[in-house]
Amino acid sequence: MIGSYPKLAARARLQTDPLTGKPALLYPEGLLLLNPTAAAILELCDGKRDLAGIIDRLAERFKSPPEMIQPDVEKCLLELRAKGLVQILDVPEEGA
Amino acid sequence: MNPQPAESAQKPSTAFFSHRPFGLLAELTYRCPLHCPYCSNPSKVSGKYPELTTGEWKRVLKEAAGMGVLHVLFSGGEPLQRSDLEELIEGGRQYGLYTNLITSALGFSLERAKDLKKAGLDSVQISFQSSDEGLADEIAGTKAHRHKLEAARVARELGFPLTVNTVLHRDNIDQLESLVELAEKLGAHRLELANTQYYGWAFQNKNRLLPTRDQVDKAALRATEARTRLQGKMEVIYVVPDYYADRPKPCMNGWGRRYLTVNPIGDVLPCPTSGEIKSLRFENVREKGLDWIWEKSEAFNRFRGTEWMLDPCRSCDRREIDFGGCRCQAALLTGDPAQADPACDLSPHRAGLLKMVEEAGANFGSRPAYLYRRDPGSKAVERT
Repeated sequence: MIGSYPKLAARARLQTDPLTGKPALLYPEGLLLLNPTAAAILELCDGKRDLAGIIDRLAERFKSPPEMIQPDVEKCLLELRAKGLVQILDVPEEGA
Repeated sequence: MNPQPAESAQKPSTAFFSHRPFGLLAELTYRCPLHCPYCSNPSKVSGKYPELTTGEWKRVLKEAAGMGVLHVLFSGGEPLQRSDLEELIEGGRQYGLYTNLITSALGFSLERAKDLKKAGLDSVQISFQSSDEGLADEIAGTKAHRHKLEAARVARELGFPLTVNTVLHRDNIDQLESLVELAEKLGAHRLELANTQYYGWAFQNKNRLLPTRDQVDKAALRATEARTRLQGKMEVIYVVPDYYADRPKPCMNGWGRRYLTVNPIGDVLPCPTSGEIKSLRFENVREKGLDWIWEKSEAFNRFRGTEWMLDPCRSCDRREIDFGGCRCQAALLTGDPAQADPACDLSPHRAGLLKMVEEAGANFGSRPAYLYRRDPGSKAVERT
């Protein structure tokens, strides 16, 4: 999984809940109120960065060793993939 | 967010019960080219009020967003009958809402779909009455199926996320596998297979529409198989008919708790069918602000929380799981909307419901004509 390229599904939109200031993931007829960590992960899931790169960025941001956060990041992505909200691509997406 | 303790301090288990609307069902019009015999629209509206204008709807969307609403579902009737739909979608997006179109797809031409895309529409839900064209058109009361297939193709071509939904009943529930196949073929992301809820038109047609327990059980099994097989590709939602359940559905996730409906003439309802509860008086957005109606109106507070409950709900440990079930169903079947939903087998009115199911079953096999939905008589408004 570490060499894959996670991408937020096109039908999902990450935005800020105006009432609480917390991140919210909106998708057809559904929503998830996210914790800040999940939102930080999803912000990086553009289909161009690989998972290793994403974990490095998060490690830097949250000041934890990459191997510590890797299991949580993978768990989060797999859960969202099961809901069809994240794709795990084998090759990076084309484009700028 | 407006967390509001719905209970006194002596009941700490409910002290954090809060209500905040996440979804607005915007019923833009009752006009519809289809005549489905299970339509959730009322059979008539009181008086001849005109539909809300473009400006009034935009105000409603703005106020809803300010109250915490994140989703707007444009529905009806057929929302494509409103020529200002694009403008309302633009408005919704401007206020930060995720915009969903709930449509029969009649009128969803390539040209219109492009306009909707440009306006910022986020997702499209198309109803299919059956996987079989002949039956589908018979249920819809008009030639619709082919248009729907084409509309679904257009929706996917333009990159809209697509939900296919089918209201299940006696005549189409055995098609569960072919309905799944149809949704897959159309490239749907979501498939909603919801058994008919028996209010309004559906209630009038219940002896014609209610499936047998055997049909329901088989369909549930096949839906579970499809859900497992398609996980991550297509979300499969199966809603049981609550006449065959032991416990009631958590209707609307609680009265006045997560959702609100604004109907074509501007009445604000806790759920689309609550207009059927004749003892409630609903406020109108032409007279009051949406926030006031949500927070303060008698109709929204009447069944909010758990204080209103009678036994067996009042002392039930599931009272904050299913909220006593559906108020409309309690009103319809017992005459009192505060009673436990007879879909619960703890309800003192359960026997009446079982008798009704038995009567519907006695009718199984005969195929009298459906009692088709007629336009309840909302008046179109000129574009403003």
